[in-house]
Amino acid sequence: MKIAVCIKRVPDTELRFTIAPDGKALDTSGLKYEISTFDEYAVEAALRLNEAHGSGDVTVVGLGPAGMAELLRRAMSMGADRAVHLTAEEVPFDGAAVAEALAGALTEGGYDLILLGRNATDTGSGAVGPMVAHRLGLPCVTAVSKLDVADGRGTAQRVLEGAVETVTFPLPAVLTIDEGLGRPRIPSLKGIMGAKKKPLDERPAQLGPVRLAVTSLAPPPERPAGRIVGEGADAVPELVRLLRDEAKVL
Amino acid sequence: MTTLLVYAESRGGALRSVAFEAVTAARAAVDAAGGGEVHALVAGSSGIASVASDLGRHGADLVVTVEHEGLARYNPEAIAATVAARITSGGYRGAVFSASAEGRDLAPRVAAILGVPLAADVTAFTLEGDAISATHPVYTGKAIATLRLEGTPAVLSIRPGAVSAAESPREARVESAAPAVDPGASRVVVTEVDTRGGGTLDLAEAPVIVAGGRGLREAANFALVESLAEAFKGRAAVGATRAVTDDGWRDPADQIGQTGRLVSPDLYIAVGISGAIQHLAGMRTSRVIVAINRDKDAPIFKVADYGIVGDLFEVVPRLTEEIGKARGRG
Repeated sequence: MKIAVCIKRVPDTELRFTIAPDGKALDTSGLKYEISTFDEYAVEAALRLNEAHGSGDVTVVGLGPAGMAELLRRAMSMGADRAVHLTAEEVPFDGAAVAEALAGALTEGGYDLILLGRNATDTGSGAVGPMVAHRLGLPCVTAVSKLDVADGRGTAQRVLEGAVETVTFPLPAVLTIDEGLGRPRIPSLKGIMGAKKKPLDERPAQLGPVRLAVTSLAPPPERPAGRIVGEGADAVPELVRLLRDEAKVL
Repeated sequence: MTTLLVYAESRGGALRSVAFEAVTAARAAVDAAGGGEVHALVAGSSGIASVASDLGRHGADLVVTVEHEGLARYNPEAIAATVAARITSGGYRGAVFSASAEGRDLAPRVAAILGVPLAADVTAFTLEGDAISATHPVYTGKAIATLRLEGTPAVLSIRPGAVSAAESPREARVESAAPAVDPGASRVVVTEVDTRGGGTLDLAEAPVIVAGGRGLREAANFALVESLAEAFKGRAAVGATRAVTDDGWRDPADQIGQTGRLVSPDLYIAVGISGAIQHLAGMRTSRVIVAINRDKDAPIFKVADYGIVGDLFEVVPRLTEEIGKARGRG
């Protein structure tokens, strides 16, 4: 199958970071970037689908500044065949603006599947996938944690609160990928060497209008300092008293 | 006059608690903006209209009921088209969804049809003239962004648990509407909904969550966590860390954290959980956090309101007993 995977460049979520003096963004000095967690799962899902079907072609598409190229190479070192870098100085917070650019770049591709992560680890909105699908007129299934594709149709599972939903859909389609389809592989040395020779096209992103923006960014409210009620089972009655009389949650 | 449309989520013919949270949030936003109306749209098979009075009790002035056999299960394309059509026809200031699994799927579809942005998974919002201001946790909860959303109509989804459902009783008018498109023509079809847990409370809706981690040592010891949850007599659900779901001790659906569910219960009890950043991202907005861990330096104690340092195999059974007694009195 011909599959496109859209990946986002995000700050490494395991690192500590500080907020820039303007109070609207992160202080980017010293930040490390990675492929957003679920987008990397989407790359893995695409590779596995084509491995299972015996053949195929995977294009990774990334929108962002120069540093995006390195992450597109990483996806190619995992096994993607080619990459498209939609260059933009900044990635707007507004998913609708991003979706317009991605859809524009995907429209002529003739893809059987277009995959994205279920949401980005930085903005955490999950808006782009369904918006790309709408622009392309394709069916969309979000947060897919299990997937079978055969004879031009797909069957997916979605994990809901307290339930699992089974969904069927025709190809071509846009899917957003949750955990469950397999952990992303670590690129092999051979993969890394091979990725250097794979094609990486670069063109300016045609972003849509931005109507949603961050006006301020702040650390989460500090939780008031907690306390150790005591040690061992003997502390339990005091804990229960506090939960009942002080926290009032019992 | 400001009017907001709330999508009232239901499953199997009953409203979900997140529907009341969304109505409460919309009511508060409209009242704070000088008054106006809250309309709620509920979709399902015939009979779903019976939930109208419950929506009125939480502050809906008008309930739009869309009854169709093709909507018995979640039908994303037909429901998105129907909600979008209602918004377009009704002069709404915006649409409010819950950022539940269903709302996270539906809200961006509606925003896409309307050609407007989506402020997703917000924890609060206010209407400010032509703009909407909303707060939204970003970078997996390590920062809070204040967003400005321009234009009308606006589409928002509210994080489950961020707003507590409250009553604002009124006699809701009821209006029935037809689906905007043929539900039978949807390309994306939900063929099965497996509610494995039967009647158990799910994580998004439980006021209390008892979660277990590696400190439990093996899958069978989750029985301790389940017993503690049962002591809350139907108010508690069981969660788990990623380490535990990866090892197959619990179902992946129980995972709380960056790659799992984001929860905000009134009470979160962390049992044998060290508090890795990826887990904290999913539960740090809980109202009250209790941690039980052997290691007094475990990061979980930094976010816990109350901690007990000790052997969970001794502490948890005692806690189960004491909670049972306390609940028995109540």
